Amino acid sequence: MASIDLGHYVEAFVLWASHRLSGTFEGVSHLLIALVGAVKWLLSAPPAIVTIVLLSLLALAVRRLALAAFSCAAFFLIDSMGLWAATVETLALVLVSTVVAVVIGLPLGIWCSSSKPVGVALRPVLDFMQTLPAYVYLIPAVFFFGVGLVPAVVATAIFAIPPAVRMTELGIRQVDAEMLEAANAFGAHPWRIMLEVQLPLAMPSIMAGVNQVIMLSLSMVVISGLVGAAGLGSLVVSAVTQLDIAAGFNSGLAVVILAIFLDRITAALGQSSPGGRRKRSIGSRLKSPGTPSK
Amino acid sequence: MTSAGSARGQTVLRVKQLTKVFGLRPERALALLDEGCDKREILARTQCSVAVREVSFEIASGELFVIMGLSGSGKSTVIRLLNRLIEPTRGSVELDGKDIRALRDPELREVRNRRISMVFQHFAIFPHRSVRENVSYGLHVRGLTAERQRDRVDRVLEQVGLRGLEDAYPAELSGGMKQRVGIARALATDAEVMLMDEPFSALDPLTRRDLQDLLVSLYREFGRTIVFVTHDLNEAMRIGERIMIMRDGVLVQLGTSADILSSPSNEYVSKFVADVDRTRVLRARDIMRSDGLLARSSEGSREVLSRLASADAKAVYVIEDRMIVGLVSVEALRSAAEGGASSIADAICGESYTTTSPDTPLIDLCALVRTGGFPLAVVDSDGSFLGTIETVEVLAAIGSNRTER
Repeated sequence: MASIDLGHYVEAFVLWASHRLSGTFEGVSHLLIALVGAVKWLLSAPPAIVTIVLLSLLALAVRRLALAAFSCAAFFLIDSMGLWAATVETLALVLVSTVVAVVIGLPLGIWCSSSKPVGVALRPVLDFMQTLPAYVYLIPAVFFFGVGLVPAVVATAIFAIPPAVRMTELGIRQVDAEMLEAANAFGAHPWRIMLEVQLPLAMPSIMAGVNQVIMLSLSMVVISGLVGAAGLGSLVVSAVTQLDIAAGFNSGLAVVILAIFLDRITAALGQSSPGGRRKRSIGSRLKSPGTPSK
Repeated sequence: MTSAGSARGQTVLRVKQLTKVFGLRPERALALLDEGCDKREILARTQCSVAVREVSFEIASGELFVIMGLSGSGKSTVIRLLNRLIEPTRGSVELDGKDIRALRDPELREVRNRRISMVFQHFAIFPHRSVRENVSYGLHVRGLTAERQRDRVDRVLEQVGLRGLEDAYPAELSGGMKQRVGIARALATDAEVMLMDEPFSALDPLTRRDLQDLLVSLYREFGRTIVFVTHDLNEAMRIGERIMIMRDGVLVQLGTSADILSSPSNEYVSKFVADVDRTRVLRARDIMRSDGLLARSSEGSREVLSRLASADAKAVYVIEDRMIVGLVSVEALRSAAEGGASSIADAICGESYTTTSPDTPLIDLCALVRTGGFPLAVVDSDGSFLGTIETVEVLAAIGSNRTER
């Protein structure tokens, strides 16, 4: 049997790209560093207490009273463990990775839903992105972007894009065909139909996708730490290398708290979107005397 | 309130040899079709499904045209071919003389927005928009200002009986209400043609009856052209003026309900109509005789008596200037003749007779005729005589298929 070394060709490509496209990669680096920096600044500019209260109020805004109470208490716990700054770092990283993944994934999902060949072509690519061990594309990432938060964000985004694409495509495809017929029957342009009918009705599915993107991003936290991104991930890595059980547990707990908070918030946003509207009593509507027959 | 279009009676939709083949290589199926192969054979040989096969018909402006058939007959495909929601494979669809197959996308959207509207079986109203926003969807697409939308929406909601529910959401509405929203949405655009794809099939029988009545009243008031698809023959006969029966994609019979009941074109249609409630479909005008026995007041009693005798009739209507003067029975004529009266005018002695309008359904005629009694007279709204109905004819009409009169 002949021996084929595909990795050799990939390596050659990576080395070539890291020289030839260094300008592009630098541009991307600057952009990501700026984004993460901005989010971090936003979250850490006010004193910790203020930010914690604001985040808990966010939970109230989506009508989750229990979550508001929980997050208030839990974030105070994180602060008392001295992990607030690291948590803010990680949150900034996760948010930027999520935005990148959604900004790339949502349009791709829309494209897949309207074009069968594109959907078919993209499927194996998405499979690859989700199952290839993340450590594997960390190596080229470091070659392209150096060490720090940039390869972390890139690796996280790659890992998190597939659910954004899949859930968007699924949501759009699941919109009742008769509804699309109706929109067409009244002369609506395909763009109008996408914006006014398909996307709003696909929202629950898309929000579920965003939820998954966030969870996957959080799961990449330790890997982010490995490539030198600051935050809870790097604390976990140093705890592991120093065999510090307490530090490891504390950082891990902070990650869990962050995960629960983000998961519940995005789940709540998904339910209150137009497709999952709550019913209101029809009796409250009928004020005029002429009650319509069925 | 019809928009600019054809005058009442002019052809508004003309369909010629309309064909739809579903599959990867429809040309092969078309070739087999032209050779005369049937649907099953074409499916076996080309994996293509001939959903609609060379259907031709015309619809006049202001008509309520019903397309009827069982599942798989192609009826839902035909109605979607009329506004190109499904693209025809062959044939033409002309709206006011212009072939809509020739339209490019922007023009087609314009036609769909302004000239043809549609109502769907499962309502197809947007759950994320209120009743008002749903009803005004066509106007919103057209770019009308909110102010002008509001007026039209209010008017249309009033017509369908949904006043007060403008801000409700579909999740709060029953099936009947949702379909009223669907109908309101179709009315709001003032399109000249309204397509309705089994609009009441998903509703319970009582709601279905209510909405059928609503449709008929709206139709009578506004004279729109309506193309109505249904699988329910009773519904078709109840509301349709002309009915097109389809089977396996082919037009089987096209005619009025009376035509179809009295002369079904084949075994399939016969079996179909066997279950129809004829007493609610047939009307006085469908079974009356306008060429029956009649007399004029100037005629002599002996002449009339002999005519009655040869026809074996018990009474005859006396007509003058198309108006009924009276009814004379055989007995009255005999006594008049014996009494020496020459004209039958003397024999008209206020014999009581019953009149009815030509629209009276058969079921009501049953109550009006009496066994062994005198024939019913059918008169127009201005009293002019149209025909007579004997009791035995009422019974015959209720029974099995009658032959051509």
